Amino acid sequence: MNWGSWNDFWMMGGYGLYVWGSYATTLVLIVAEIALLRMRRRAAQDALRQYTGAQ
Amino acid sequence: MTQPVLLAGGVNVFKYAAPQTFYPLAGKLIPWFSWIAAALCAVGLYISFFVAPTDHQQGESYRIIFIHVPAAWMSMFIYVVMAFWAGVGLTFNTRLSHMMVSALAPTGALFTFVALWTGALWGKPTWGAWWVWDARLTSELVLLFLYFGFMALQAGIDDPRRADRAGAVLALVGVVNVPIIYFSVKWWNTLHQGASVSVTSAPTMATTMLTGMLVMALAAWMYAIAAALHRVRSIILEREHGSEWIRNYAGSQP
Repeated sequence: MNWGSWNDFWMMGGYGLYVWGSYATTLVLIVAEIALLRMRRRAAQDALRQYTGAQ
Repeated sequence: MTQPVLLAGGVNVFKYAAPQTFYPLAGKLIPWFSWIAAALCAVGLYISFFVAPTDHQQGESYRIIFIHVPAAWMSMFIYVVMAFWAGVGLTFNTRLSHMMVSALAPTGALFTFVALWTGALWGKPTWGAWWVWDARLTSELVLLFLYFGFMALQAGIDDPRRADRAGAVLALVGVVNVPIIYFSVKWWNTLHQGASVSVTSAPTMATTMLTGMLVMALAAWMYAIAAALHRVRSIILEREHGSEWIRNYAGSQP
């Protein structure tokens, strides 16, 4: 085990800003991409429904 | 029409080149790739933080490697896959190939940005600089601009067929940058370190560190496949709205 306490874990031996800055940004970007993917799918389905409804 | 090509198992590979057969297949595959990605990510993160030991030179800052290297690998790999499908699309004029190129670009750009961002956050405590204009960093930045350029070019052309062809040419021309990124640490004197993992020599890192990195790389790979399949399904819906199969599909959806 590398960490004596949760505080140790968040401190990352003094490199907390760099390590957590890396992981947090990656997490935010992936969550954002998943949200954008879902929005695009919903928009495509709505547009298709309107298109076929108008025929 | 393309001649049907039969594999040994009797599977017609060109069957899945048609959007109407690919669309439901992709839909079935997405949950699998998503769950495998999530499971690998959980295992990878556990190894990265709780199994892999502290580095005796860099302390805990080295733990950035578990996203930095997988992201950098994926940034290059996705571009090569894009260039491959661009080549297939230009040669055989297959709609789905071009859609796949478009579907991969945003995810490739995401991984490129992550590689650069985590590199900066690793460079600061290790080299004392967020950024240096060395060959590895500069060529990776060029890769980010290639992804953005591809997306801007496609967004800027209204006719999808012309947008496909222009994008495919850009993707193919830009692929020369990938070996430049990969070999930059050999060809030039870079501040960026050389490869720790290569196919020709034993890796120069602890086994648990290497395992964590490889599991995270697999997770990133599975995620990229799931994201690209999801996006290509939306692109199919956007582009094929005039065809009969998709009208039946829309009619069957609540």
